[in-house]
Amino acid sequence: MTDAELTGARRLATVLPMQAKRSKAGRWRKWLAPLVLMGSATLGGCISVNAPDKPIVIELNINIRQEVIYRLAEDAGKTIENNADIF
Amino acid sequence: MGTMMNSRTFGRFALALAAGAVALGGLAAPAMAQRDPAYASARAAGQVGEKMDGYLGIVGASTPALQAMVNDINIKRRAIYASKAQAANATLEEYAFTSGCLAIAKVAVGEKYQAPDGAWHTRGAEPAVLDGRCPKG
Repeated sequence: MTDAELTGARRLATVLPMQAKRSKAGRWRKWLAPLVLMGSATLGGCISVNAPDKPIVIELNINIRQEVIYRLAEDAGKTIENNADIF
Repeated sequence: MGTMMNSRTFGRFALALAAGAVALGGLAAPAMAQRDPAYASARAAGQVGEKMDGYLGIVGASTPALQAMVNDINIKRRAIYASKAQAANATLEEYAFTSGCLAIAKVAVGEKYQAPDGAWHTRGAEPAVLDGRCPKG
């Protein structure tokens, strides 16, 4: 309405294509700043984890085994007693 | 009359059952408790020793007879380990290793066992050296 008054003969429609184009870029721009902020925040607060020089699998294996061995101890003791001819 | 017969036959049946159980128990008990003389003497002589993995090992020079005896015992042990491990929801190796810990702990003075360093040791007056993963006490 006011446009029409200011520009006189010019049509209001000429603004629309520009708006449409801008709106896409604007949408991206709206996310750009937070994204950059988030990126820098994660980079800044990043905890660097170094790969261990020893293989983890073996250590884990030992822990699991020891736990299992303690669990089996009583049963294995009975087995040995019940099969004294081969132990 | 019928009830008399039934109770009598039942009584006989129960007696037979009891006799059978005694006979079975009498047969099974000595076979389970005792080591074969050849095995016992091989242990005492230090020809065989308890390994960390739960099986019997030949310590010195092997003879076919000794190897056959050790194989026989280890096959029997393995069969027992396998069924017991399955029942306990563990692996064969875990069950065998646990049994090895206990078998080494029970090695008599003068008998051989495999120490954590892998070498054969002769059990002295002190307790056998066990692997760090073995249950304590």
